[in-house]
Amino acid sequence: MLESSTSIEIRNVYKIFGPHPERYIEAVRDGGMCKADLLEKHNHVLGLSNVSLDIEAGYIQVIMGLSGSGKSTLIRHINRLIEPTAGEVIVEGTDVRALKPKALRNFRRASTAMVFQKFALLPHRTVLGNVVFGLEIRGVSRAEQLEEAHHWISRVGLCGFEDKYPSQLSGGMQQRVGLARALSNDAPILLMDEAFSALDPLIRVDMQTILLDLQDEVRKTIVFITHDLDEALRIGDRVAIMQDGELVQQGRPEDIVLSPATPYVEDFVRQVNRGRVVKVGALAKSVSGPPAALRVSGSLSLADAALRLVEARLSFADVTDSNGAVVGRVGLEDVVRTLARSAGETAALEGMASEELPARLAG
Amino acid sequence: MISLDGFPVMDADTLTALKKAIDGGFRAFTREFGATVEDFFLPLRTFLIFVERLLVTTPWPLVLLVIGGLVYLASRSWRLVAGAVAALLIIGYFGMWEDTMRTLAMIVVATLLSVAVGIPLGILMAWSGRARAVMLPVLDVMQTMPSFVYLIPVVMLLGIGKVPGLIAVVIYAAPPIIRLTNLGIRLVDADVLEAADAFGASTWQKLRKVQLPLALPNIMAGINQTIMAALSMVVVASMIGVQGLGQPVLKAIANQYFTLGVFNGFAIVGIAIIFDRTSQAFGRRLQKHREAEHA
Ligand SMILES: Nc1ncnc2c1ncn2[C@@H]1O[C@H](COP(=O)(O)OP(=O)(O)O)[C@@H](O)[C@H]1O
Ligand SMILES: [Mg+2]
Repeated sequence: MLESSTSIEIRNVYKIFGPHPERYIEAVRDGGMCKADLLEKHNHVLGLSNVSLDIEAGYIQVIMGLSGSGKSTLIRHINRLIEPTAGEVIVEGTDVRALKPKALRNFRRASTAMVFQKFALLPHRTVLGNVVFGLEIRGVSRAEQLEEAHHWISRVGLCGFEDKYPSQLSGGMQQRVGLARALSNDAPILLMDEAFSALDPLIRVDMQTILLDLQDEVRKTIVFITHDLDEALRIGDRVAIMQDGELVQQGRPEDIVLSPATPYVEDFVRQVNRGRVVKVGALAKSVSGPPAALRVSGSLSLADAALRLVEARLSFADVTDSNGAVVGRVGLEDVVRTLARSAGETAALEGMASEELPARLAG
Repeated sequence: MISLDGFPVMDADTLTALKKAIDGGFRAFTREFGATVEDFFLPLRTFLIFVERLLVTTPWPLVLLVIGGLVYLASRSWRLVAGAVAALLIIGYFGMWEDTMRTLAMIVVATLLSVAVGIPLGILMAWSGRARAVMLPVLDVMQTMPSFVYLIPVVMLLGIGKVPGLIAVVIYAAPPIIRLTNLGIRLVDADVLEAADAFGASTWQKLRKVQLPLALPNIMAGINQTIMAALSMVVVASMIGVQGLGQPVLKAIANQYFTLGVFNGFAIVGIAIIFDRTSQAFGRRLQKHREAEHA
């Protein structure tokens, strides 16, 4: 696969829900009519408004936003479960809007697989029967269906449950079935609409781990919707934030946390523990001069980096990339400032003796 | 002028002319196409006669064995098998074996026909709002119109006999299976259907792998109701020449033979209960996955 090739391009997509979207598209696109006005004056719902997003092949793109902000609408444009009112959707080089019904079905069979918030399993089929569903639809031979299905069933940790019905399984196990069903489809794109939102917090973390482990192995383009920032930051290579049908910010998780673009995004990131989310690489500044006494990996979290500096009784360290090459330098002061801003405790931390820091950070 | 005492009716001559015109038209149609219509239903007649012969001429122990076996296959309940066999033995002992076999043949064929016509129509109704708008009033008429009324044109077209009887039974018995197929498909969880779409299922694949299996409990309830409706038509059908348990009942009414009526009535009840319990048990067995629901 090409390094950093674009897998999904979404270009100026608008979606208006209602009986006559074509009547109001101009008012929205050229006249700048907002969601509230469209609803009040014309009783149509603005689902998406001028959304553009490039998603790179092999990465996890998270889409976040409050309920009703248009996340589900956006993800359903990728496999055209929802038709755009205006704009383009190009997936793996295919103009999805132009597909005729048969071509669209083939595109969905070959290029995308989906995992749903409410699992959407077939209640009359066993775990095995559910996992082979996509393969059956594609018409692969029974032997191949079983081979694929058994592989993915064991991969998501459901060995021994092949003959159980969904109603006999817990939510977390049901969603493992949903995941296995999607993965066995062997499509390059995996669409996950709040796939873990219905699960208990501990189970959810388990599922995130499974997903990340699998992603190391399969390297799919994953579009992952969530309204949980911790989940977004843990899973996402890229994060996009939606509000009222618009994409208000997109970027790396650190970018979003460190420089929220709007008050809405700020609200989202306020509660986040920057010490864990932000990697020290994000603060590295280029330097000249003799090397520092300490080297830390750029993928170390800020909290851990602060701890290392404090324990070494140093005020700065060199930051290395994954190959061990020095890419810049980071100072304890910058680290502490960044950490402190998140908790809103700038004043309390200012002038604090460095010996006290480790305890604060650990607590 | 409109007068308030007495309802303003169409004048008597016009009304008579209207009735005459319609009757005349239908009679002309009958003369013209009666034979064609009869030919059309010939395969049905052949099939019905075949099933009836099979049940009547096969030695009774074999019939009992097969019925018992079928009940077991459907219900997996020995109790039900014992009940069915006992009921049939009693019916036979009271001299009603042959009539019962004839009625059974009629019910089986009527049910098969209702299912064969009803399930596709139900699917059509679920898919198309227009089909549904047309079908609903038709179904209402089929179920509420007194059967004697639609017996008239059926008999005019096809005369007295098995096929017109069968058609009368199907007109009354098909609506439940049509309605419940439609309902069952409409009730299928939209999320599951969306998942099928997301995996690229075609209309046919969705029907076969998602909609019909999930609608099955309702479809089975429809089949059960259809069988019961068909049984309730046995006596009416016997008025136009269908042989079986209905004819002794008619005779009993005409001659005030109380016991004869009661015996045959109970035989009908007996078959009804066997069909009902068996088809319900079968329906339950088909959805084992629901029983497994855990807390
Ligand atoms: N089929 C529809 N008809 C009308 N409005 C819809 C439809 N689907 C979604 N919407 C509206 O579009 C907006 C975005 O919905 P959705 O994409 O489901 O949000 P999210 O997934 O972020 O919670 C909401 O205001 C919702 O009410
Ligand atoms: Mg949603």
